[in-house]
Order: sequence, then structure tokens, then C-alpha cells
Amino acid sequence: MADPVADAVARAFRDEWGAVLATLIRQMGDFQLAEDAVQDAFAGAVTAWRRDGVPSSPGAWITVAARRRAIDRLRRDRSILDRAERLGELLRIDAQEEEDDVLTDETAIADDRLRLIFTCCHPALDMPARVALTLRALGGLTTGEIARAFLVSEPTMGKRIVRAKRKIADAHIPYRVPADEELPDRLRGVLRVVYLVFNEGYAASEGDRLVRGELCSEAIRLGRLLCTLMPDDSEVWGLLSLMLLHDARRSARVDAEGRYVTLDEQDRSLWDQTKIADGLQALARAVRLRRPGEYQLQAAITALHVQAPDADSTDWAQIAELYGALAALNPSAVVELNRATAVGFAHGAQAGLELLGALLEDPTLERYQPLHAAHAELLRRAGDVEGAAGAYERAIALSANAVERDELQRRLRALRKR
Amino acid sequence: MPRYMLLLYADEVDPAETAERMAEMPVWDELTDSLREAGLLVANGRLAPAGSATTVRVRQGEAELTDGPFAVTKEILGGYYVLECADLDEALRHAQRMPLARYGSVEVRPIAG
Repeated sequence: MADPVADAVARAFRDEWGAVLATLIRQMGDFQLAEDAVQDAFAGAVTAWRRDGVPSSPGAWITVAARRRAIDRLRRDRSILDRAERLGELLRIDAQEEEDDVLTDETAIADDRLRLIFTCCHPALDMPARVALTLRALGGLTTGEIARAFLVSEPTMGKRIVRAKRKIADAHIPYRVPADEELPDRLRGVLRVVYLVFNEGYAASEGDRLVRGELCSEAIRLGRLLCTLMPDDSEVWGLLSLMLLHDARRSARVDAEGRYVTLDEQDRSLWDQTKIADGLQALARAVRLRRPGEYQLQAAITALHVQAPDADSTDWAQIAELYGALAALNPSAVVELNRATAVGFAHGAQAGLELLGALLEDPTLERYQPLHAAHAELLRRAGDVEGAAGAYERAIALSANAVERDELQRRLRALRKR
Repeated sequence: MPRYMLLLYADEVDPAETAERMAEMPVWDELTDSLREAGLLVANGRLAPAGSATTVRVRQGEAELTDGPFAVTKEILGGYYVLECADLDEALRHAQRMPLARYGSVEVRPIAG
């Protein structure tokens, strides 16, 4: 049955949790105390809103309610550190706010959220802690939800989050946006956390796809938030674009039997055109800022794939060029391999094989399965049946995944039949 | 007079054992007072739990931060600084300036306050 008050509380939780928490942490100087207070305030909202009606500004209501709850807690709990000092500060803010209504100050709210993002993604916290804390504090996901999404037990995830919050308090991890000279580095760290959340959801396998797919939506939400907060950074837009363009193809990536479908074989009518349009728009914003970075280049490559009406009309020449730019910016075996494949489609298998040469000589890549699979494809297309069969066998032997192995074996059989 | 550093090691305790250890406080206080009165005490302090530590290394000019205390290897403790900083970022910045950070590790542990 429809319950408008419960719906309003749920909506406020979804929309306001991160912003309210961010403001409260600044005012209280304590992550845990702020979180407990915000949680108390949401718990009390249902009863209060049923009695008094849904407030016109739920975020402001929750902020004030949470602060009053925190004041109560501070009065009761004598074990809290710097209790008197904190209590005084909160009472001062509470009194002042009655007068000047600072809650409507959008800039101040945005600044608090940025501070919270940079604190949650602080490099002195290990990566799993950064991810969990970001989802908890900014996304409002419960410990149980985060635990299920990352396939760990709830107590394990709970400990991880508690430990991270304790470290923030004990080590005095600052609650602020980094200074200009540190900002580019720290922002890259934040974007890495968001992209990791996205990939964790995107790479999810059959069994857990539903719950983990939520992570993609959450990462996109965080990406949009960063775009609102830091609209002048091209990589922030680049990452949002990349995530949207990938996510648009989510339902086409798996067939009715749950098998993974490669890009060239996907049913393009299943792609989400709204997300594609949003992704292209974000990419255009990134391009206008004229500072191409890794995410923007990857988004541009993905955009060329999704804009092609069918796999055969993909603009491989431009994709190869973009991979070249990506390799110049941040060289890696994965990028080089993708570049060789793109060149193979754009300028012929022989040209692709030439680029692959250096990778095949690298002893550290000897057991890198995708390299041998790509090598096999290029050799097959160059007409070297013997060479291709050898490379397929090598790739099959190195394959850790049954679906992938079946596909390679199918291609090897097709090759031998000819 | 030569100076000596006494490094105190023990297992980290759970809350139940904390109470037991708190009972030792008078002994600690008496010990510290007696050392101070004898003019022997230079400095002492209790460190925050190991979980609050950050380990700093500088490799190829890039700072690498690890969440947690310095893991046991064959490297040995070679010196110490006690700094008063505004926050962890400031402490980490100075840790990166230590020449040793380029070939060893600097563990940054808050002093319990």
C-alpha cells in the first residue's frame, strides 16, 4: 500500500543522506558521532512527519534534527572525547542558525560534500576501506548492502568501516578539500575509487549480478555528484561519460543463457539510448575543457563503438589513434594490446601483428592469456592457419574461465575446418 | 650522559583486557614519576593503536602510502622524530622528506592524546 510519509523519508534518505552527514561531520568534528546522529534523525522522521506533515525542505529538517540528537548524545555520554567543547560548538551553531538560516546556503553544502569525498578517499586508508567508506558515507548504503556487493560477510565489512572511521579520528585525517598543489593527485585517487566501484558492479558474474549491478548505478550517482561539485575538471566528466557508455550496454552483455556476449555480437537494440545520449553529452563537456586524460580517451573510444550502427562500420582508424594517445599518456600492456587489435582492424592484420611483436617478446607477458587470444585472431585474419592454431592452443591452455575457453575452442575448430 | 631509547612492544588488546591493563596505571605513573625525579626522563608517550598508522615510502620520486603499521622485515628501527602537526597530511609530508623514506620506511603513528 502506498505510504506517502515512508516514501518521503526514503526519498530524503536517498537524496540527502550524504549532504546532511557531510555538514554534520564538519560541525561535530567526529565521523561516528555525526553518523549516529543522522541515523537517529532519519529514524525519528517517520513519526514526526506523520504527525506534522512532510517538511518543505527535508534535508534542512534532518540536519537540524540530527544536530539536536547529537546534542542529546553529548549531554548523556560522558565518555566522548572533548565533550564540553563539542557541545558548546553545536549549541552555538544551533542558536545562530535560528537567526540567519544558513541551511539554504548551497555552496556551503557542496563544500561539505567535497570535504567528505576527499576524506573518505584519503590515500592513508587502504583501497577496500576507501571504497566501503565512500559507499556508506556518500551513497548511504548500509553495511549489509556493501558487504553483499563485495561478497564478504557483514561483520567483516562492519569491522572494515569501523576501523576506517577510527583511523580518521585517531590519526587526524583532515576533513577538507586538498590544497591546489595536491588537488590533481588527490582527485585522481577519488576518481579511481569511483571507477573501482563501477567495475566491481560491471564485472559481476551471473549469480550476483542483480545486487552488484547496484554498484554501477551508485558509481554513476557519485560521478554525477563530482561533476556538479567540480565542473571544471575534464577527467571528472570523462569518467562519468565512460561509466554511462559502458552501463548503457549492461543488459546486452549477457544472453538468455547467462553467457557473456562480446561487443561485436551484442544486440544493439538492447542498448540504453538515454544513457548513451547522457554519456556523449558528458564526453562533449570533457572535450570542451581541452585537457584530454585517461578517462576521457577511454570514453571517446567507447563512444566510437556505441555510435557505430553495426560492428562492421566501427571507426577503427580513429580508435587506433585514441589508443595511441592513451599509450603515450600511460603506457601499459593492456592498452598496447588493444591498440594492436584496433590497428589490425583499421590497417590490416599485418600492421596489427607488427605492433604485437614487442609484447610477444616481453617475458613478463608470456602467460598473459588475452595477448595470445589477440595474437591468434590477427594470425587467422592474416591467413597464417598454422600460427593461429598454435596461438589459440596457447590461449586455451592459459584460460581460467570456462566460457572463454569454450569460445576459443570453437574458433580453433572453425579454423581447422577450413 | 649517553641517551637510550626504550621501545615497548606488546600484543594489541581487546576491550576486556584493556580494563586489566588499566589497572596497571598506578604502576606506570609511579615509574614515570620516579624517572622524572631522578632527572633521567627525556620524553615518553603512549601510541595510538597500530590501525591508525600509515607507512610512507618514497620510490622513484613517488610517495607510496600504506594503510597500517610497518610490517616486520629485516629492516630495523633506526631513529625517530616526534612532530607536532596540524593533521595527518602535514605529518605525511614531512615523513616524505626523510632521506630514509627512499630506501626504508617511515611509520607515522599518532601519539595517543
